[in-house]
Amino acid sequence: MSSNVIAEAPNYDHVSPIRPWAASNRERIISTGIFILALITAFLLVSFTGFSGKLGFFILFIIIFAGINSFRDYLRFGSALAKDTLVNTLVAAGAFITIVPILSILYTVISKGTKGIYTGLFYRDMSVSAPSDPLNVGGLAHSIVGTLLLVGVALVISVPIGILTALYLTEIKGKFSRPIRFLVQAMSGVPSIVAGLFIYSAILIPITKDNSSLLGSLALTILMIPTVARTSEEVLNLIPNDLREAGVALGGTQWRSVALIVVPAAKSGLITAVILGVARIAGETAPVLLVAGGGDKFNFNPTSGPMGSLPYYIWRSFGAGSEEAIARAWSGLFVLLVIVFALFAVARFLGNRKAR
Amino acid sequence: MTLLENKSADIPAPREITTKPRLSDKIFRGVVTGGGLSSLVILGLIFAFLLYQGYDVFSSQGLNFLTTSRWDVNFDEVGNITSSDFGLAGMLIGTLICSFVAVLIAVPISVATALYLSFYAPPLVKKFMVTVVDLMAAFPSILFGIWAYFVLMPSGAYWAKLINKYLGFIPVFSNELRVFENSPFIASLILAIMIIPIVTSISREVFSQAPLDRIQAAYALGATRWAMIRAVVIPHGRGGVIGGAMLGLGRAMGETVAVYTVLNLVFAINWQILFGVGGNVASLILLKFGEATPYEIQALMAAGLVLFVLTLLVNFAADLLVSRLGGKGK
Repeated sequence: MSSNVIAEAPNYDHVSPIRPWAASNRERIISTGIFILALITAFLLVSFTGFSGKLGFFILFIIIFAGINSFRDYLRFGSALAKDTLVNTLVAAGAFITIVPILSILYTVISKGTKGIYTGLFYRDMSVSAPSDPLNVGGLAHSIVGTLLLVGVALVISVPIGILTALYLTEIKGKFSRPIRFLVQAMSGVPSIVAGLFIYSAILIPITKDNSSLLGSLALTILMIPTVARTSEEVLNLIPNDLREAGVALGGTQWRSVALIVVPAAKSGLITAVILGVARIAGETAPVLLVAGGGDKFNFNPTSGPMGSLPYYIWRSFGAGSEEAIARAWSGLFVLLVIVFALFAVARFLGNRKAR
Repeated sequence: MTLLENKSADIPAPREITTKPRLSDKIFRGVVTGGGLSSLVILGLIFAFLLYQGYDVFSSQGLNFLTTSRWDVNFDEVGNITSSDFGLAGMLIGTLICSFVAVLIAVPISVATALYLSFYAPPLVKKFMVTVVDLMAAFPSILFGIWAYFVLMPSGAYWAKLINKYLGFIPVFSNELRVFENSPFIASLILAIMIIPIVTSISREVFSQAPLDRIQAAYALGATRWAMIRAVVIPHGRGGVIGGAMLGLGRAMGETVAVYTVLNLVFAINWQILFGVGGNVASLILLKFGEATPYEIQALMAAGLVLFVLTLLVNFAADLLVSRLGGKGK
């Protein structure tokens, strides 16, 4: 009897959720229309009046687009919303200005850098060729080796120091926390050339008296520590305190709960920190020029002799100035950018995986 | 009863409850504290060694090192150095001009970008732009430098001509010799582009800390997004944005390679930012380092110390602003 009373569940499949705040189709068509209208008006004004160039076009477009939109909103909703629309257009224009140089840089490097890429680039060095030689001789393999050595040694030195600093700030929270956080911040602002000068004055003049990639690595270490320390600190702060307390409650010492619980839990984040640090220093030029010098042939010994590196290769080719040399500089930049890109993508991937 | 008494002999005495750290913890804390203090040690060593190497120059040049603009090394007939005079005024003022103008250009754009990303952007656009801006912060400076030389310079010189044409009556924008390339203005443009990511990400962070209850209260009272931003976000984030701008200023002051490629370094104080003559301490060091005599290297060390202290002060001010004013209204 009672089973008959229960009504069949209504079928909602054909009903879509109502979103009163979403733009209607009519609204979308009108705003696209205004966009195109503003583009055309700006184009006509640039063609037939005193305004000229891309800058003039951009400014005119923004003024016309913002003007039409906010006037329309003024008529429909009054001045408060008109102001909001105006600000919306302006901040979007600001974001657009931010993105333009990045796209321009990427486009330039890819379009100019890929011309000089050939397979020999990746196993030859420049010991028998000059930057101005045709693009099918010589290569930058020695620079890649140099950059790997420079960054690798810097990595080995700075990662422990950076992570220890982060651990001090998050696990010990001693009385120096505040000053150390400031000093790490200040250290990230140390100009790269000053780091180079410091190594030059502290080690190269009194002790080694010659360039070597180890010195370059030391200079890069100074630049890498703050990046590693700050990112690691953020990551370690995300580890819930419950984990630490659980470790201590089970009778673990602080050392064991940090080493066996906190650090493993933060592992992928710490790797991200290291990768970001590497991306920061891989293209660093000034300190490398100062203390690692620059070489045109393979050098596998980090402790003696000048060492080539990608930034040095780019710098030297750029300085040589001829058409081929500039093309070489662009292909060096292309390789460098691909490396930075790859590091960044790995860091992103690990960071996203951790967040999930 | 007897059963219990027998057992009690096997129960060990209760462990002493103490807060005294064990040996492993002592070592651990010692090592970590040592690592934490490394930043202090490194900064101290930088200061000490640059001062040690540059001391001769400071003592022989005195205040002239900061107030005059020259870089003269005089030789006698045999090639020995008889006297040398160094003064950084032009370079220092050039550094300050370039970085201040860069901050003036970068801050409005960065704040607009941060506002757009925090409150206006659709989620997909936001995700894409945050990634791209973060990526831009990782671009090597030599990439910015060479791009600026080939791509930005022609456009920048054209914009400089426009500014000169319409605003040339203001002394800062005048340019009698009509040389628009390699000017401090173009150096400022590239520095602005380089510091936009950092100022944007700090502003975004500060804006994201704006109290959510007040934001929702503003919306509930019928505020538009802009009214909400003006009433809640901007008062809350002002200090943090200024701090971020200072941090950008510090970065801009220390930038070497990107400025070196575009700027025409001349030992003179030049206030006309559109004119192709400028100064920059970091670029000077890179320029002179290759063929410097030992005494010149000492002068460069002294210049490096000045730059180091300058950026340290700016960073200190930035830190104070962000920490004191950044969390206001929370």
